[in-house]
Amino acid sequence: MKLEMKDSPGQLVAALKPISEVGGNIIAVIHQRDPDLDDDTLNVQIVLELPKGRLDNLKELLKEQGVHIQRIDEERLLYQRTVILIGHLVHTGFSDTVDQIDSTGFAEVTEVAMSMPGVNERSSSRMTIRAVSRDDMEAALAILRRVAQAKSLLLIEPLEDAA
Amino acid sequence: MKVALIGLGSVGRGVAEMLAKKDLGLVLTGIADSKSAFMDPAGIDIARVLAAKKRNGFCGDQNLTAEDVIKKADYDALIEVTPTNALSGEPAIGYMKAALNRKKHVVTSNKGPIALAAKELLAMARKKGVTLRYEATVAGAIPVMHTLEEGLAGNEILALYGVLNGTCNYILTRMAAEGLSYEQALMEAREMGYAEADPTYDVQGIDAAIKLVILANTIWDNGVKLADVDRTGIDLLTPDALRLADEQGCTIRLIAEANPKKHLLRVSPRILDKNHPLVFEGTLNALTLETDMAKEITLIGRGAGSIETASAIIGDLLYIRDRYVERA
Repeated sequence: MKLEMKDSPGQLVAALKPISEVGGNIIAVIHQRDPDLDDDTLNVQIVLELPKGRLDNLKELLKEQGVHIQRIDEERLLYQRTVILIGHLVHTGFSDTVDQIDSTGFAEVTEVAMSMPGVNERSSSRMTIRAVSRDDMEAALAILRRVAQAKSLLLIEPLEDAA
Repeated sequence: MKVALIGLGSVGRGVAEMLAKKDLGLVLTGIADSKSAFMDPAGIDIARVLAAKKRNGFCGDQNLTAEDVIKKADYDALIEVTPTNALSGEPAIGYMKAALNRKKHVVTSNKGPIALAAKELLAMARKKGVTLRYEATVAGAIPVMHTLEEGLAGNEILALYGVLNGTCNYILTRMAAEGLSYEQALMEAREMGYAEADPTYDVQGIDAAIKLVILANTIWDNGVKLADVDRTGIDLLTPDALRLADEQGCTIRLIAEANPKKHLLRVSPRILDKNHPLVFEGTLNALTLETDMAKEITLIGRGAGSIETASAIIGDLLYIRDRYVERA
């Protein structure tokens, strides 16, 4: 979100405090003084993670602090993983495979690249999945593992740090 | 210290050559291959035995066997490097038991018996007041076991993951670099001498899984077996899959991983960023250990080879000599 506040001591801290009060997690704060701006306001961009349904609460708290919200861009699906599937992807219903993820409500297939060398040969596809949270990503991958096994597809997952 | 060598294949020959070449204070008093054996309590002329093996196809007296050496020769430590049998572990398990029974130390490169019977063999060694070491069973020349027991002593090992099969790594490297099919890359690996005539053990991840079992049992003593490993090989990979990974700055490697807290024991092809420390070309092996104090440690090196494997065996022998034999 992009915020506008008075450029006076303690203002930035006052603007950040409500974020933790509603259980949010600050990922980045970009704070750049515009030399062409001669008034005493400060523009700050904050990237943050918020639990579901807390945004209105946060807006209210920021307003009380005298902070003006210029813009909010919501990105719901923060976690991304790319997997590769190999096998008879079309014969086994590729759109069904994608649907199994999309229909969860917490994860989506956002990009697919596929290569089909021949009708009877196994095809390969790269699939990017986005999910709301880390746990949701794990749940989505668990679904995909099950689907891959049922359809005799080889699922190649990324290597995450083990611990 | 006196040693006896059972097995004169690639590994055994490497050990014998290094014993002859390097002044390590190790005296070879018994030697056996599958057809013959030879003993000399004063020390065997290794060059002569190796020349005989090359000339005749056997190293010693055809009326003598490995059992004779193990049961009768005068030695402190047995070097057991016979061909591995992943199903029964024999005859190696029997050889090792016979030596341990005589209160002799044992050093082996034999994966099958260690994956199957390490617990029993180690208990037997403890009972007899000797030691069993098997550095060479996992990742060839890389000193994994020494690192675990000495360098990382006192650390809790939280998880491990690594590239434990050089043949697969070579095939995947070639598929990615040249767009070769799996079959073409396998054929090339065979021509280079990196793959066996029957590549099943390597390409289906069985070899990596056996090493993973040995590591897990050594570190966590959790009694896991080969059948407990969730295993997928590389034989169904397509060049397209490697290209699709490459388009995103990634590649595919066969990764063995264990994480007891997550109940994870798996060998599978995985997508890795090309900058990942476990991405390297050719037949090397590597292992990352995640620990509570040291955090991540990655070891990388040669996973196979005659002299490379001899390096691990000699490391074990000198460990025994310095701690158990010279002191006595």
